[in-house]
Amino acid sequence: MLDAEILARIQFAFTVSFHIIFPSFTIGLASFLFVLEAQWLRTRDDTYLALYKFWLKIFALAFGMGVVSGIVMSYQFGTNWGPFSEFTGGVIGPLMAYEVLSAFFLEAGFLGIMLFGLNRVGPKLHFLATTMVAVGTLFSAFWILSANSWMQTPDGFVIENGRAVVTSWIDAIFNPSFPYRLVHMVLAAYLTTAFVVGAVGAWHLLRDRENRAARIMFSMAMWMAAIVAPIQIVAGDMHGLNTLEHQPAKVAAMEGHFETQNGAPLILFGLPDMKAEETRYAIEIPKLGSMILTHDWDGKITGLKDFAPEDRPNATIVFWTFRIMVGVGVLMALLGIASLIARFRHKLYDCKYLHRFALIMGPSGFVAILAGWFTTEIGRQPWVVYGFMRTSEAGSPVTATAIAGSLLAFVVVYSIVFGVGTAYIIRAMNHDPRKAHVPSGEFLRAGGRQLAAHNNPQAGE
Amino acid sequence: MDYQLIWVLLIAVAVFAYVTLDGFDLGIGILFPFIKDPVKRGRMMNTVAPIWDGNETWLVLGGGGLYAAFPKAYSLLMTAFYIPVFVMLLALVFRGVAFEFRFKSQNHQKHWDIAFSAGSIIASAMQGAMLGAFIEGIAVENGRFVGGAFDWLSPFSFFCATAVIVGYALLGTGWLIMKMEGDFQGNLRRLAKPAVIWMAANLAVVSLMTTYINPAYADRWFDMPNLAFMAPIPLITAGLLIWLWRAVSHREKTVFGITLAIFFLCYLGFGITLYPNIVPPMITFRDAAAPDNSLSFMLVGAVILLPVIFAYTAYAYWVFRGKVSDEGYH
Ligand code: HDD
Ligand code: HEM
Ligand code: HEM
Repeated sequence: MLDAEILARIQFAFTVSFHIIFPSFTIGLASFLFVLEAQWLRTRDDTYLALYKFWLKIFALAFGMGVVSGIVMSYQFGTNWGPFSEFTGGVIGPLMAYEVLSAFFLEAGFLGIMLFGLNRVGPKLHFLATTMVAVGTLFSAFWILSANSWMQTPDGFVIENGRAVVTSWIDAIFNPSFPYRLVHMVLAAYLTTAFVVGAVGAWHLLRDRENRAARIMFSMAMWMAAIVAPIQIVAGDMHGLNTLEHQPAKVAAMEGHFETQNGAPLILFGLPDMKAEETRYAIEIPKLGSMILTHDWDGKITGLKDFAPEDRPNATIVFWTFRIMVGVGVLMALLGIASLIARFRHKLYDCKYLHRFALIMGPSGFVAILAGWFTTEIGRQPWVVYGFMRTSEAGSPVTATAIAGSLLAFVVVYSIVFGVGTAYIIRAMNHDPRKAHVPSGEFLRAGGRQLAAHNNPQAGE
Repeated sequence: MDYQLIWVLLIAVAVFAYVTLDGFDLGIGILFPFIKDPVKRGRMMNTVAPIWDGNETWLVLGGGGLYAAFPKAYSLLMTAFYIPVFVMLLALVFRGVAFEFRFKSQNHQKHWDIAFSAGSIIASAMQGAMLGAFIEGIAVENGRFVGGAFDWLSPFSFFCATAVIVGYALLGTGWLIMKMEGDFQGNLRRLAKPAVIWMAANLAVVSLMTTYINPAYADRWFDMPNLAFMAPIPLITAGLLIWLWRAVSHREKTVFGITLAIFFLCYLGFGITLYPNIVPPMITFRDAAAPDNSLSFMLVGAVILLPVIFAYTAYAYWVFRGKVSDEGYH
């Protein structure tokens, strides 16, 4: 029988994993829409407006799902993690309150204008609305990642009467892992969106190489892949070094090291066995592990055995989730390089292999993001606030039955609702982007053709 | 400065903003069963499509603010209301996605109409039930919730659930009368009439039962000199109800305005009854407050950002002002 603690953890993992899928897409997409609209305003080229409208519909669907799944998250702390809420309320609470005040209201306030207001407010103010929504998503990432990082590397507080009381807001907000996590996550969101956009572009290019809208989005996405994917690998490496400093047990688990050793190998693949305290079937490259983590061939790496058994995270899981993320990151960089080669040979829009590769890589960002978060969060165990509160002390006094029931309800409802929503998104992606806007130049010259109603989210659907 | 008092008032404002703003758009879903025509339903949804997200953000501020300012109350209330909170959230999921899905789906519009309507009704019912259970009080010992998972369910909370549904429906009707024209507006006016009576009856019953549930609540109202100060609240409410009854048949904007005023007075009465408890019957907001430096840190943000939020929210309402027709903006 599963106990209340593990059920509550599964429930949190389930709901937040669903939630994060949407923000990671909408953070990137909002910025992409910002760029598209800026391009349209600058060049007055209707293809950009068509692309804007095409992606705006998809954005609306994803954003809606991000909002409803996010509202659930903000109540889960209290329902499932009451004692955690009491302990951290004075620290994480204000960070989340700032997120609501500075980000959620901003997004929500301008979203309506962004979705429905182009004809009412005109292009300039509409562009302002798009900008505000994009800025809002980034503010949101800032605060929530600060909150999450504080749980990973808590700083700037003392404990009074069993609760955390902040002594320095600067230290609490800019806690040691926060800058790394913020950069890594925002890049991840941009990459995720770029690969989705690239896949949709590739799909339309495979049907019709001359599709100009598809060419533009494919090219933009491939620039992102070529430039940002390598940066993400460097950022990830620095993030890992920061984790080694503050959460060495997590890194030991990610690397599958049980023994503390000088000149540790890099274990490429293997099966960490927590009971036997060894990584079975390991395929290793001698000394490379020390080189990557300490930048010294004979550097010392602490193994899991140096931590008490009750302080060890589950290496079997994080070893693999970490490799999935890194593997995806390498594939992303490969696609970026391939696109550069094709581009310089003037084959970017002709090479079907490249388009197929990009199509397959469409969902890769989501895989990497989930794998990354699972690494981060499971690697933090058994602590909920690293070093200060154990997950086992954090759960609400709710019965296992109540949690199991609500978990079941979440699984059913989320599968239906988000399954259908994803289907609508995919259907919208399949439409020809050139048709998303019937060029009428409605803002340039009065009159012009009547807009096809269902193709124009501003004029009515 | 008394940060604890400031924050309890700010959270009360956030909750009130949520109740009235999301109240009218939940009300639209509650009215769906009475309006069968898909075109009219689309029009009804269009009146709130650009603003519903902002309205619901007040719920996030209410919850998030409670977590931040009164963590103990947040933790106790969420644990005690585990089931209704989750049912409400899931209902809001269905309702929220229906805004987008309804217009995207080709063959399943009806299903999303049902999701929207049922979601709105269930979410409102859960809010009402929690209100009732909150008034009745929560079993807490040594700072821990000691009650059962179904403590929130009682005849009184059931009654409050229906009362909130009716109240939101009336808010929704008032909003729509403002936004619609012609025959459809007439239909809405006819729907509003019985709702006014029903709401008046609900208010009377809930008020009387509240004083009966806990003698302390009764003392708060009936002791002198309180009675003299507080008597205007029910009296004005009664006057407003009569005015509402008349306005329903020919006024356009007043209906919504009066309903808001009635909500405000009820909310005020409710606050006076419970003060200073944040988890009735025993835990006051001072027992549950976060450290002062958390409260003051947040206050800086609230003082700077809330006026900005009001400004752009008002701007968004202004952009989408006026009557909504089929060529609406969805
Ligand atoms: C602000 C806080 C916060 C943020 C931004 C995240 N998490 Fe988290 N996560 C928690 C706060 C938290 C938590 C409340 O602290 C949990 C619940 C139980 C626990 O141990 O930590 C947790 C647990 C938890 C678990 C279960 C770990 C385990 O039980 O071993 C997973 C898989 C995730 N999270 C995944 C995610 C994902 C995919 C996120 C991306 C959005 C994420 N977390 C962001
Ligand atoms: C587990 C902790 C989290 C909680 C409690 C949480 C809470 C919320 C809430 C309440 C909303 C809805 C706000 C609204 O009404 O507009 C939301 C949306 C959002 N969240 Fe989260 N969130 C969490 C994790 C994250 C993470 C890790 C990120 C990104 C780095 C993120 C980014 C966003 C963004 C950008 C939105 C806007 C809606 C969207 O783009 O889909 N959230 N979140
Ligand atoms: C290939 C090189 C990469 C390396 C070396 C790397 C490294 C890391 C490390 C060490 C962590 C854990 C940090 C911690 O728990 O403290 C992490 C987390 C994470 N990674 Fe990566 N990563 C790489 C690629 C990617 C890619 C391509 C994505 C997504 C597109 C991604 C998304 C994430 C996310 C969302 C997290 C969790 C949030 C966080 O802690 O920042 N990573 N990464």
